[in-house]
Amino acid sequence: MNTSPQAVAAKSVTVRETGARKEPFSIVILLSHLLFIAITLAMIVPFILVISISFTEETAIVEHGYQFIPSDFTAKAYRYIFEAPLVLFRAYGITILTTVIGTALSLLITAMLGYVTSRRDFRYRTPASFFIYFTMLFGGGLVPSYILIKQYLHLDNTIWALILPSLVSPFYIMVMKGFLSKMPFEIIESAKIDGARELRIFFTIVIPLSTPALATLGLFLSFGFWNSWFSALLYIDNEKLIPIQLLLVRMMQKLEFLTSNSDFINQFGVDTSKFPTLSARMAMAILAGGPMVCIFPFFQKYFVKGLTVGSLKG
Amino acid sequence: MIKSSKRSEWHYLKKNSELLLLLLPGALLILVFAYLPMFGVVLAFKDFHYDLGFWKSPWVGLQNFKFFFVSDTAALITRNTVGYGLTYMILTTVISLGLAILMNEMGKRWLRIHQTAMFIPYCLSWVVVSYLALALLDTQNGYLNKVLETLGLPTHMWYLETAPWPYILISAYLWKNVGFSTLVYFAGIMGINQEYYEAAKIDGASRWQTATRITLPMLSTLITVLLILSIGHIFVGDFGLHYFIPNDAGMTYPTTDIIDTYVYRALRVNGDIGMSTAIGLYQSIVGLVLVVTANFVVRKINDENSLF
Repeated sequence: MNTSPQAVAAKSVTVRETGARKEPFSIVILLSHLLFIAITLAMIVPFILVISISFTEETAIVEHGYQFIPSDFTAKAYRYIFEAPLVLFRAYGITILTTVIGTALSLLITAMLGYVTSRRDFRYRTPASFFIYFTMLFGGGLVPSYILIKQYLHLDNTIWALILPSLVSPFYIMVMKGFLSKMPFEIIESAKIDGARELRIFFTIVIPLSTPALATLGLFLSFGFWNSWFSALLYIDNEKLIPIQLLLVRMMQKLEFLTSNSDFINQFGVDTSKFPTLSARMAMAILAGGPMVCIFPFFQKYFVKGLTVGSLKG
Repeated sequence: MIKSSKRSEWHYLKKNSELLLLLLPGALLILVFAYLPMFGVVLAFKDFHYDLGFWKSPWVGLQNFKFFFVSDTAALITRNTVGYGLTYMILTTVISLGLAILMNEMGKRWLRIHQTAMFIPYCLSWVVVSYLALALLDTQNGYLNKVLETLGLPTHMWYLETAPWPYILISAYLWKNVGFSTLVYFAGIMGINQEYYEAAKIDGASRWQTATRITLPMLSTLITVLLILSIGHIFVGDFGLHYFIPNDAGMTYPTTDIIDTYVYRALRVNGDIGMSTAIGLYQSIVGLVLVVTANFVVRKINDENSLF
């Protein structure tokens, strides 16, 4: 890097220039502003629709269909859900539990594997790396894991089925390894000279020094655990262990059955318009997705950082 | 060198024992959840019965494969998987690169709002998105049909038709993912040394020239790495998108079914272990070949950009 005074001066000049630079009115800039406004609207509008459906009186939906502005405003759907809140709260509980346990365990294991494979003086570094990264290229597919977890490990209908299979991700290990390889080796070496043992070095020096990487990965991991539905779809039948995402899947399927099967309705005399099923469904979607929409956009910077660090050779 | 390698391996094992201990829990998890299933692919050559178990089920040779590849579904779901995969990959790359370059040209003022809005869909699972899709596509109450009605156009029974699904799925994919990859490319552009742009400006380069001659070449490593990673995914379809957005509606299968959803149904609905393992193996092998080939090609062109 050229750090001569001239270069520094030149840089500060250019910074000032770009800061003060007022673009003359340009059609390209105007068009791109319009384009981005359109994109932003396209991203937001479906949410507004769903929110307003969740606040619409059922009879109004049946009469007018889904609307952006509720023609008959009511919070009945939410009241209906919170009248029997056990189902919802239990699902939240399972999701939070798997997210917390899963993220903590996964971070620990990712850090351990990333650290060991980043140590150039580790004798078994190459075979260990191959062992880890080969799983990125080839896998046995869905069915063998399904049979293993269900028939042999008997993890089905336990929360471990939601946690254990997704604890290790080679991609995150790669990110961690990339981060740790940039850490000066002298730190570890001097600790070793002082007589610290490897485990101690790892837990008291390496872990605290990798907080930035761990924070980014933790964000990704908790995001993944919160939004995961596939393991639940495969392994959870017990009503008490359903995470929030699976609850949504079930609800979609059940309501479809109720509302699409007119014989069923006629035969039992169930008047679907009496129950706020349509709006309750959307209210549930909001309650399930809401926390994510409220929390994660604040961390977008770190998401991007995590990916770029990992995808670049390091 | 020779002398040291003659020292017993035991010595080195002891010397590295604590690092090995750190490796152990993760290695065990990988062994169980990644390697054991790899050996499980022999089920593709067996007629699996739950009561007989993994070892005692009889061998059937290539019958499971034959059964699948003879059917029309093999060609159909392969075409769908690859077709959608390629389309997603190309469109996402082109659109998000374009948007990232435009973002760079625009002032910083409104950027944060746009970026946040574009990031929101990425935060949601396909399950939640399928509810948003339903709000638009529902036959009776859906907003899209109402719009078509007001415009005097014929309405559609979206979940019972095949023709509209390519457009719906591609829109849904882009809606959810373009924001995030735009942010990634934008971060890449931010990392480019500003002096290049200043120099280009002094030389009188136009916007188009700076974009094509500076930004794109400087991003080429990032672009190729992301492309190689996603080429491996061309053969691993997006299960959530293709299962939840069409609501697993049977009528839409010709245009929505991909290998992943097919295997899932073969397993969960039909319980056909042998055939679904066989299709899974076929998928894994083709995926492996695709990544290795892509990496090989990239390494031939430019060694710097390859993944391994």
